[in-house]
Amino acid sequence: MSFLKIDGVSKNFGKTHILKNIQLDLEKGSFLVLVGPSGCGKTTLLNIISGLEKESSGNIFLNGKKMNDLPAAKRDIAMVFQSYALYPNMTVAENITFGLEMRKVPKGIIAQKLREVSLVLKIDHLLKRKPAQLSGGQRQRVAMGRAIVRDPLLFLFDEPLSNLDAKLRLDMRMEIKKLHKNLNVTVVYVTHDQVEAMTLADQIAVMNGGEVEQVGSPFDIYYNPINMFTSSFMGSPSMNYLRAGVEKVGSGYKLMVMDLENQVECPLSNPPSAIDQYIGKEIILGLRPEAILLKKMETASFQKKVEVVEMTGAESYLLLLMDKKEVLVKVETSESIQPNQSYDFYIDSSRAVLFDPVSQKNLKAMA
Amino acid sequence: MGTRIFFRFFLYLLLSLLALVYLIPLLVMLSTSFKSIEEIRSGNIMQLPMVWDVSGWEKAWSTACIGISCLGVHNYFLNSVKFVIPAVLLSTLMGALNGYVLTQWKFKGSNYWFGMMLFGCFIPFQAVLIPAATVLGKLGLSDNVGGLILVHVAYGLGFTTLFFRNYYSVFPSELVSAGKMDGAGFFRIFTRILLPNSGPILVITIIWQFTNVWNDFLFGASFTSGMNSPITVALNNLVNSTTGAKEYNVDMAGKYFIRGLLAGSVKG
Repeated sequence: MSFLKIDGVSKNFGKTHILKNIQLDLEKGSFLVLVGPSGCGKTTLLNIISGLEKESSGNIFLNGKKMNDLPAAKRDIAMVFQSYALYPNMTVAENITFGLEMRKVPKGIIAQKLREVSLVLKIDHLLKRKPAQLSGGQRQRVAMGRAIVRDPLLFLFDEPLSNLDAKLRLDMRMEIKKLHKNLNVTVVYVTHDQVEAMTLADQIAVMNGGEVEQVGSPFDIYYNPINMFTSSFMGSPSMNYLRAGVEKVGSGYKLMVMDLENQVECPLSNPPSAIDQYIGKEIILGLRPEAILLKKMETASFQKKVEVVEMTGAESYLLLLMDKKEVLVKVETSESIQPNQSYDFYIDSSRAVLFDPVSQKNLKAMA
Repeated sequence: MGTRIFFRFFLYLLLSLLALVYLIPLLVMLSTSFKSIEEIRSGNIMQLPMVWDVSGWEKAWSTACIGISCLGVHNYFLNSVKFVIPAVLLSTLMGALNGYVLTQWKFKGSNYWFGMMLFGCFIPFQAVLIPAATVLGKLGLSDNVGGLILVHVAYGLGFTTLFFRNYYSVFPSELVSAGKMDGAGFFRIFTRILLPNSGPILVITIIWQFTNVWNDFLFGASFTSGMNSPITVALNNLVNSTTGAKEYNVDMAGKYFIRGLLAGSVKG
C-alpha cells in the first residue's frame, strides 16, 4: 500500500457535495500539490487528511494505518496554515516547542530540537520574540519550524505563501523546495497558484468541483492535459483554443484552422489514435502560447496583426485577434515587433493538443 | 497651530468641569463622612470638613448598630467579599468555557443552546425569587454564602457566556486547529491558547460581574438574614433603621465601603 492512501473519500454538507469519491496515492518522500480554483474542495480534502474535518465516507490510510477515527492530535501530521496560526501569547521558541510539550517529550530533547530547527530555518536570533514582532517571512519560517520540529509522518501546507509579497513568495517557495529535498519528508500542499504547483510538486492533483480531474507529474499535467479544464487551469498565460476541422491527406492528417479568415492548413505530425473518428468533424485545437511561432517558413503560416505587445523580460506576449477571439503568442523579446503591424506566424502542430468539442477531453485520452 | 492649542485647552477645561459636576455627589459624600455631626448640622453641604474627623468611619466599620448587633458593617463587608469573589470567578470561568464550546466546538443545536442562555439575561430577578428560594431550600443552601454564590453564578452565566461567545466567535479558528494538530486536547487548547489571549474580555467580564454581584441587594435580602447578610443589605439596615438623630457621617462612610471598591473600575 502507498504511504498515504485516500480511498474513495467524499464529503457532503446536506445535499451539497464538497468532495466526490476522491482517490489519491502518495509515496513516501514525495511532494503532492492539490491545485484548483477556489471552492474546488482542495482545502476540505487537506482538512480531512489532517483530521480537523470528518469525511462523510471513504478511508484514509497513512503509513499503513487507518486514520479515520483518529483525532487530529493523534495522527502524527503537522500542518502549516495560511495565516501561520502562531500562538500570539507565546514566544517563537514556545510556539515551536508547544507540540513537543503536548506530546510530553523530555525537556532536554525539546531544547536540542529547538536549536537544530531554529538553525536550519535561520530563526535562532528570534526565539525570544512574540509573533507580533515578526515580519511575514519570519512568521512563515516559525510556522514551518513548528511543523518540522515534530518530525511528523506527513506535512500539510494550506496555501502557505498566499499572504506574502511577490518577492518573498519566490524566496520561500525555494526554501520549501530545499527543505523538502534536504529533510526528505512527505508533503501535501494546497494552492490555487498553478505556478507554485508546477515548481514545487513532483505530483500534481488538479481538482475541480470536488473531483480530481487529473493526477500526474508537472510535465504530464502541462504537456498532456487530460481535458480542457486542466489545460486552461495549468499554464500561465492560459492555453489558446481554436476551432479546427480534421481532414485526411494520404496516410497523414491535417487540420483546417477555422478561426482564421483564410482557413490555415496545418499538417498533424503525431496524430492521436482516436483521430479517425473525427475526420470531417470539428475539434478544438489547444495551443499554448509557445506553440504559435513567429517565423517566415513552414506551410501553415498565416499573417496576423499584433494588437498588443506585453513584455515580461526576455519574453514577450503578443495579443492577436482571431475571429474576435483573443490569442496569446509567446515570443522572444525583440525591438522589431511593434503593435498594429502584421507578422507571419505558424502553428507548431507537434505541440498542439486536440480536444473533443463535446466531452472536452484530450483526444489522446480517448480510447 | 495657535487656534488648535486654544481649542484643545477649552475642550479639556470643559471636560474637567463636566467631570467635576459628575463627581460632586461622591465628593459631598466623602467630605460629609469626615465631618462631625455638629459640623454637618451647622455647615454648608459643599464645604470641606474644618476638622477632619474619622470617627464616622470607625463607627460605621466596627460599632454602628445594625438590628440588635452593634459591631458595625465589617462582618457584612467580609460576607460580601466571601461570596462575591467566588461568584465572579466561577461565572467568568464558566462563561469563558461556554463561549469556547459554542464557537470552537460547535455541536448540533449549539446555537439553540446559546439562544436559551441569552434568554436568561432577560429574566428579571424578581421573577425567579420564589423558585430560587425553593431550590436553595432543597439543596440546604438558604441563608448561606454558598447559596448566594450559586444564584449569582447561575444568573451571571447568561451574560458571561454572551460576552465570551462573541469574543471567541471572531477568534481565529486556525489557532484552535493548530492546537489540535500540535496534540493539545480540549482543555489544553482552552487554558493555553484561548484564555491567555482573552485579556480584554476577561477584564470586562470580571468588572461587569463584580459590579453586578457586589451591588446586588435583592438576592442578598431575600436569601440571607441577620449576620449572614451582604454589605448592601447591612447598609440599608444601618441607614434605614437608626433611631433618633441621623448620623450622616456614619451612613456616608458606610456607603463608601460599597462605592470605594468600584471606583475606577467601570472605565475598564
